[in-house]
Amino acid sequence: MLGAIGAGSIDELFDEIPRDLLIKDLDGVPDALSEMEISRLMRARAAEDRGVLCFIGAGAYEHHIPTAVWDIATRGEFYSAYTPYQAEASQGTLQTIYEYQTMITSLTGLDVSNASLYDGASGLAEAALMAVRANRKSKSRRVLLASGVNATYRKVAQAIAGSQGLTFETLPLDAASGITDLNKIKDAGEPPVAVVIQQPSFFGTLEQVDELTDWAHEQGALVIAIANPTSLAVLKAPGHWGAEGADIACGEGQPLGVPLSSGGPYFGIMACKEKIVRQMPGRIVGRTTDLDGTPGFTLTLQAREQHIRRSKATSNICTNQGLMVTAATIHMSLLGYHGLRRVALQSVEQTAKLAGMVSARDGVETAFSAPHFHEVVLRLDRPVGPVLELLAANNILGGLDLTNDYPELGNALLVCATETKTDADLESYAAALDNALQDSQVKSA
Amino acid sequence: MSELPGDLTYTKEHEWLRQEEDGSITIGITDHAQTALGDLVYVELPEVGQEVENGGEMAVVESVKAASDVYAPIGGTVTQVNDALADDPEMINADPYGDGWIVRLQPSGDAGETMDPDAYQAFIYALDE
Repeated sequence: MLGAIGAGSIDELFDEIPRDLLIKDLDGVPDALSEMEISRLMRARAAEDRGVLCFIGAGAYEHHIPTAVWDIATRGEFYSAYTPYQAEASQGTLQTIYEYQTMITSLTGLDVSNASLYDGASGLAEAALMAVRANRKSKSRRVLLASGVNATYRKVAQAIAGSQGLTFETLPLDAASGITDLNKIKDAGEPPVAVVIQQPSFFGTLEQVDELTDWAHEQGALVIAIANPTSLAVLKAPGHWGAEGADIACGEGQPLGVPLSSGGPYFGIMACKEKIVRQMPGRIVGRTTDLDGTPGFTLTLQAREQHIRRSKATSNICTNQGLMVTAATIHMSLLGYHGLRRVALQSVEQTAKLAGMVSARDGVETAFSAPHFHEVVLRLDRPVGPVLELLAANNILGGLDLTNDYPELGNALLVCATETKTDADLESYAAALDNALQDSQVKSA
Repeated sequence: MSELPGDLTYTKEHEWLRQEEDGSITIGITDHAQTALGDLVYVELPEVGQEVENGGEMAVVESVKAASDVYAPIGGTVTQVNDALADDPEMINADPYGDGWIVRLQPSGDAGETMDPDAYQAFIYALDE
């Protein structure tokens, strides 16, 4: 092939790439394995996940996935990772994405949804860049994050958008309630280009989204919501926050029918108000009619995208998480509005029950007073790490240790119980925690 | 090919300029440009008061098959934009030299090269060959 295109060698073909940008070795990447070896390795890894009770949320949540979801999603007609090339030849795929977009606009209360992004964290970076393009009146590149924005999202957004001059700053947390301190935001300085509000917050608490949204809009900032789609079945939709509503919503779509799978693949949700749709990244499917007047589906508003706008495209994303979105669409169809609402309410109830049980113990208290969704921060009277190790020895993943990312919160542990946890599971957790706290190895200092 | 209005000057980027009596300059895209783009679906306009440099990006015209930048043919300040294009971008297709105007500038900087109607006519004939 090199001969056919007139290149003498692979190196000559890639001659345009500056020498110092070439990667010679990848540190930490092991040698290749045979198919047999890799199958054995992956089976061993998968076995490690079996038989544990998982109480970790922190952005990815274990929910019951009806068997039909992946049975249908993996049918040959659907089984593809991306939006197809020659997309209009795959009308069924486009219709599925169109139905998905309709469901997401209905959950977020916004006008338009795209066909999805890679995941929630990169979705925030895309949303911030979009806000800068859409908010031309603001000369600022400053993005303010409510105190409960996932620290990982902030890191990812900084990595992707930081090189384009955007800065990300976190607003102060009210240590008693666990939500953004509205008394302190008045001193936030130069008006930002966008304000990001995660609801429910990373700590599971419910932010005062109406007040924060109105405050941001008064300063000429756009409002970016980070939403957990499960919560949207019971909480106010971002499009209805405050007087004018959030302008953009993004978030992790994994809770809608995608298994935890050790961290991926997941998918990113993104929706916005119609007036800024031309600044939205990603693919968008529209409904139209063909020359004979027959209804059909087509990719639309493509002049935003790379294959047309080249370097001035809204983003370098030129596909979607097609398979995950297919699963999510089937998942939402099977659950329906009432089913999703029951999942949300049951999760809230189980988490509240667990928090009530464990905080009755000596040495354990709930850290924050604000209302919670399906996740809660516990504060222990001793370091969290050793306690979690003892729980893990009983096959219980007891939550996420917040000590590294949030040392100011003390011995803080983020715990989540979704509808997958029965009352007996909660009792197992409480009993295992009791045992751990009585263990002489982890006595409080 | 429709006739080129004689009171306008033209650029190689297929924009036209009209000198207004108050010293400002009205700018649009030529009939040749709108034909090449096809039916326009969206026009991104600059903010009034925005400063533009000669040759800088000033607006974007988007059709069903392409999106193109409109470059400022002269440096200056945007004094007026054709807001009607927001709801009716096809006005550029229907009347490129009249109701389809895009931006009005108060010039203050360098001007780029422009052509009279005959020279522009010859320029686009040469492109077609």
